Amino acid sequence: MFGAGGGTSSYREVEETDVIILWGSNARETHPIFFHHVLKGVHRGARLFAVDPRRTSSAEWADIWLGIDVGTDISLANAMAREIIHAGLANMEFIERATTDFEEYRRTVERYPLERAERETGVPAAVIKEVAHTYARADRAQICWTLGITEHHNAVDNVLALINLALLTGHVGRYGSGLNPLRGQNNVQGGGDMGAIPNKLPGFQDVEDPEKRAKFERAWNCTVPPKRGWHLSQMFEAMERGDLTTLYVIGENPAQSEADQKRALHLLGGLEHLVVQDIFMTRTARMAHVVLPAAAGWCESEGTVTSSERRVQRVRKALEPPQGARDDIEIICEIARRLGHDWGTPTAEQVWDEVRSLSPMHTGMSYRRLEELGGIQWPCPDENHPGSQFLHGRLWENPVQGPRAPFSAVQQEPPVDELSEEFPIRLTTGRRLDSFNTGVQTGGYSSPLRDGEFLCISPEDGVRYGVADGEMARASSRRGWVEVAIRYDAACRPGLAFMTLHFPDETATNVLTIDATDPKSGTAEFKASAIRIETLRVPAGSPSR
Amino acid sequence: MDIKVAGPPASAEEMAAVDELLGPAQSGWQGGTQSPRDQRVAFGGRSARSQRHLLLPALHAIQDRIGWISEGALGYLCARLTIPPADAYGVASGYALLSLEPRPPLTVHVCDDIACLGSGAERLGRELEQRLGPEGKPARPSSGSATWLRGPCLGLCDRAPAALVQQAGVPSRRFETGLAPVSSDEIVALVEGRLSRLEGPQSIPQAGDPGLRLLRRIGVVDPEDLDSYRAAGGYSALRRAFELEPDGVIREVTDSKLLGRGGAAFPTGRKWEAVAKSTVRPRYLVCNADESEPGTFKDRVVMEADPFAVVEAMTIAGYAAGCEKGYLYVRGEYPLARRRIEHAIRQATDRGLLGLDILGRGVSFDIEVRRGGGAYICGEETALFNSIEGKRGEPRNKPPFPVQSGLFGKPTLVNNVETLINILDIVVDGGRAFAATGTADSTGTRLFCLSGAVRRPGLYEVPMGTTLRQLIDLAGGFRGKLQALLLGGAAGNFVTEAQFDLPLTFEATRAAGVTLGSGVVMAFDESVDLQAIVLRIARFFRDESCGQCVPCRVGTVRQEEALIRLVSGRVIGSRERETALLADVNQAMRDASICGLGQTAGSAVESAIRLGLFQPNGGSRR
Amino acid sequence: MSTVLSRATARMVPLQIDGDELQVPEGSTILQACRGRGLDTPTLCYLETLTPVNVCRVCVVEVEGSRVLVPACSRKVEPGMKVKTDSERVRHSRRMVLEFLASSVDLSLTGPAVKGWMDQYGVQPERYGPAAATQAGERDRAHAGHHHPPDPSHAATVRQPVKIDNELYVRDYSKCILCFKCVEACGADAQNTFAITVAGRGFDARISTEFAVGLPQSACVYCGNCIGVCPTGALMFKSEYDMRQAATWDESRQQVTSTICGYCGVGCTLDLHVQDNTIVKVTSPLDHDVTRGHLCIKGRFGFQFVQNREPDSGRPRNPRP
Repeated sequence: MFGAGGGTSSYREVEETDVIILWGSNARETHPIFFHHVLKGVHRGARLFAVDPRRTSSAEWADIWLGIDVGTDISLANAMAREIIHAGLANMEFIERATTDFEEYRRTVERYPLERAERETGVPAAVIKEVAHTYARADRAQICWTLGITEHHNAVDNVLALINLALLTGHVGRYGSGLNPLRGQNNVQGGGDMGAIPNKLPGFQDVEDPEKRAKFERAWNCTVPPKRGWHLSQMFEAMERGDLTTLYVIGENPAQSEADQKRALHLLGGLEHLVVQDIFMTRTARMAHVVLPAAAGWCESEGTVTSSERRVQRVRKALEPPQGARDDIEIICEIARRLGHDWGTPTAEQVWDEVRSLSPMHTGMSYRRLEELGGIQWPCPDENHPGSQFLHGRLWENPVQGPRAPFSAVQQEPPVDELSEEFPIRLTTGRRLDSFNTGVQTGGYSSPLRDGEFLCISPEDGVRYGVADGEMARASSRRGWVEVAIRYDAACRPGLAFMTLHFPDETATNVLTIDATDPKSGTAEFKASAIRIETLRVPAGSPSR
Repeated sequence: MDIKVAGPPASAEEMAAVDELLGPAQSGWQGGTQSPRDQRVAFGGRSARSQRHLLLPALHAIQDRIGWISEGALGYLCARLTIPPADAYGVASGYALLSLEPRPPLTVHVCDDIACLGSGAERLGRELEQRLGPEGKPARPSSGSATWLRGPCLGLCDRAPAALVQQAGVPSRRFETGLAPVSSDEIVALVEGRLSRLEGPQSIPQAGDPGLRLLRRIGVVDPEDLDSYRAAGGYSALRRAFELEPDGVIREVTDSKLLGRGGAAFPTGRKWEAVAKSTVRPRYLVCNADESEPGTFKDRVVMEADPFAVVEAMTIAGYAAGCEKGYLYVRGEYPLARRRIEHAIRQATDRGLLGLDILGRGVSFDIEVRRGGGAYICGEETALFNSIEGKRGEPRNKPPFPVQSGLFGKPTLVNNVETLINILDIVVDGGRAFAATGTADSTGTRLFCLSGAVRRPGLYEVPMGTTLRQLIDLAGGFRGKLQALLLGGAAGNFVTEAQFDLPLTFEATRAAGVTLGSGVVMAFDESVDLQAIVLRIARFFRDESCGQCVPCRVGTVRQEEALIRLVSGRVIGSRERETALLADVNQAMRDASICGLGQTAGSAVESAIRLGLFQPNGGSRR
Repeated sequence: MSTVLSRATARMVPLQIDGDELQVPEGSTILQACRGRGLDTPTLCYLETLTPVNVCRVCVVEVEGSRVLVPACSRKVEPGMKVKTDSERVRHSRRMVLEFLASSVDLSLTGPAVKGWMDQYGVQPERYGPAAATQAGERDRAHAGHHHPPDPSHAATVRQPVKIDNELYVRDYSKCILCFKCVEACGADAQNTFAITVAGRGFDARISTEFAVGLPQSACVYCGNCIGVCPTGALMFKSEYDMRQAATWDESRQQVTSTICGYCGVGCTLDLHVQDNTIVKVTSPLDHDVTRGHLCIKGRFGFQFVQNREPDSGRPRNPRP
């Protein structure tokens, strides 16, 4: 967001804000402890709105749930913006001082009257208006989102649409107001911080910036490739083209976690050399030529991770890893040594100190301080700096320090996998409280809440498609089909279905999903596929009876 | 909020019971059927959660219709009101009049508390066991349609022994009534469907005495006719209050030196002023009509016989203290009082004496009646607030006091019925005139509930400072030879004849180490097993403890156990050791309990022991 | 966690504790003032992360001018307040509260502090007679306002069978002192699931789900935040319970290591309790701003995959080399 990828606010601010919009986030189940902070805010009087196709358990807490159609977020956001502008609730003083490109944005959202948004999203215009006004009038307001925004073919546009709303109302850069992507995995934020994204070096320093690169080259005594790399979807495209033949996978399970699983398996299977470093013998590891057993990062090794509020915190070794499994740092250094580079045997702290020497936003975070302060929020440029509770305070300085924040006009685009007579049901995916991603970790404990995979549909659709609550049925998309138990769930309206990716060995949900990806972020549109549902029962009165 | 309602579905009858109270569901998300709009928008936040205060009325609605509250019924109610089922269960299970297990639609609650115990309740219970079978089971002749239960004081002590009859069903079939005095013949006839009888006459032995203030309209006005009340001077106080304006009313109340009649004897004027001065809105008035102190029936008589006076007094209090809304919380065992008050409120509202723009003075005030569920503790003001709010009837720690943070966390003026009806004369005659009656520190008159071995039991009004002996003389003296006298209620003390010349004032009783309490004067002659009476008091407190704080929750149990050991002779160590243990228990309850219930749960027991009423041969045996 | 001394900007309130004059920041409780002076004040129902319910009454102190003792945990200091923390009345009530609990509840797992207070205040639970046994299910069905006549030869207890209805944690309410902490943690102070409540009243008051249904039928989401706040061992990881039953639980052989949960991106601190290279329990520190001691089911119980000790989960064993 405006340069550095991280949530702008702290959890604490969510407790002390006046309006919280959960947009495409079922935090109650996916980020339960963050939701504790949300509820503290709610109990203190904050209004909570939930934008979600399903009436999730998070949405049940909301003062208003807006049950939009999948993939119509931009229509909703733009209509809110238009309404805010027309009602004179835009923060013009902030816009003029701290932003650019407002005029183009205004012209774009002008094409989204409430009636259009009602038509496209399904949410009554009056409700959209009320939420828009409440958000704009609030003294403090937060927008928090998760994969409901980002697992779309136009993920970045979705995010920009939300950022626009914050810029329009000045709800960013102040205590209690902000924009917060909730990270789905414990160190997604840290991975980005450390440069595990195609275009950045550690500390969000642009790999294509020669000055930044030079700093690293001096420190590392090597040449850093001057061009950005591929993101995951581009890697699969490169595999398809034959440009990518060797893959080193650390702690991922793309054989099961990628959309359009059949294609993923096919491409991974065609690699010349696949190395998998993991704590498990995952499906991907079983396809690998070399498996490097790793220690579990969160309990068998030392290091740091970064949370959704940019808090860098220490992980510590509590257990000896199993025989033969090694720490990631050790494995990587061993590989480097065999490739002819002796990096020695650094401790996690030594590696971290190197990060601190190269990444200004981490410089002040010694292990000692991380310990003392219970983690530190970046940026923390020196050892006297307390860390940063919220970002972009500079936008409120007069004049603004640094570049102004640009509006980015974006347009509504429907999901790629269109609904049709043949595939009339919109399938969206997500997580359940007690499970995580492909279940390789959560499968290890016995959850009383767990009941395997099931396809949630409305009771009305159950009747329409002749499938009873609890019975096995076939769900098909344009890419494949699975057999799955049906569950009637009032959270889904007619025409909407929900599944998770937690049980890929039993129910390969990703056979159904589409790998239409966002060109900017590389995220696939897990949230929107078109399916149909058929009973497996032999029709009554058929000869076989 | 994301509540989970599992369990079996409610029956149509159960749903109808809830809907009868709440009206049809607003949306498919709250127990109704899903509309297309519901699939796009839902309001599950603050507005949904704000219905919690309807929990107890909704529980009553089910109990009234079905006779008990099933898992399915509770689940439906929870979906309607957005209340977690566990919370609702926790609340419901704290009320004795609600049943969470199947119970026949006709229930006869037979009082076996102290007043009735002194008037044959034990024999009545034995007879019912023989004729109907054990309590709590379907009564033998009823083919499953009736049951009977023993229970605590029903506030009909002047006519003991007493019973409360509750017939569940659709509105046209259900009824509730007190029966006193009651015999096993009548109860059996009722169970067999051969009898339905309304409550007996009021016992106002002083009726017609021109010196009465609080009771002067009782037996004179028709409690169901506003015109009759007005003909007797009703609503002149409200007019006068409007002339005085709020400050003037509060000044008169302050000048009257009226002390609260609920037990704490706090200056009423100061309380009113504190609420009036608050800048927080809204503010509430609560009339505490949950008198549940065994032996007490004064507020019941007032509400049954002079309900408009209560309504008028509440209106004045609400006006003076700037309260937008009043609640009258009446104990669940008082069906007639509740009906009379509700009727009076309806009539007053119809006639512009309540509601918007009262008497054209631009003043708005409404009164809502809330009904208790069988819990002595809800007479404690903060437990009462919790009960209205739909929470468990557990007292809150004070401070903050109700005038700062009371009902719904807002400044709240809480007075009991007797305190409030004093206001009428104070406003009309002026505070100084009021203060001319009684003593310097205890002004006005006081209501006393005389029961047991006196010749004319009933409700009496005497000036503060009247002695106990004068009061007893007024009631015609004792029947039989007095064994002991209980003053102030179960939370009061046993007194002896040596204390009969004590003036009945706050200051004199305090100095003597006793209390006026709720005005109970209960006499026991020598035919009564006094140890059984003391044990019943101990049982009462164990049953009525809310269970929140340790001293009262466990202390009331240890007190009852020790008393039983003393009665049965199976003492641990010696009798002296047991009485020392009782003293230890009592001191901890008195010093460390959260509320007045726990603090006084050992006082009557202690006084009985101190007076030697609990010696091996102390209590006489019949 | 004393916030008393750190709040330098707050207005200071003068008061007297046991004859000593002192000043503490406005808004402090008597307990905070006492602890700030190093006065050992017993507490059972108090926890800094929860709203004080002041129900156990073991922290009571004498305040001049107050008819009854006041709970130190919730009463705020007032200027000129004179507090006695060790008067005869205070000692008596503290002793009686502990005695009441010790005679009715199994306090064997409440830890050394409680045992110290019991010695300090001369607690004699046996003077109420031998402890009574309670029948299965009876407490769950007790009706408000009715109880069976006491057995004069025994002291009533809350003894009852252990509730084991899931693989993650057990409820042994024979050890429950009804401190309300679990209800608060399940409710508005943290989890907001409201799966449990206090039901019934008086001595029959108990922690319960609706109609005492088992946890799998209840709203429980197995966050274990109730276990995290339980001071008596009434709520316990099944893993700990099983080890205790097998007599293999040995805290002297356990290390506690702080780390960060490996699941979602919230970054909850986990304290891993490890015995013999095996995680046996997971807690979270109360004083960390992210969790305040609270976790979700994955953070609390989802650790087993690293040690593969769940042969019956129905999932393939993690074929770790």
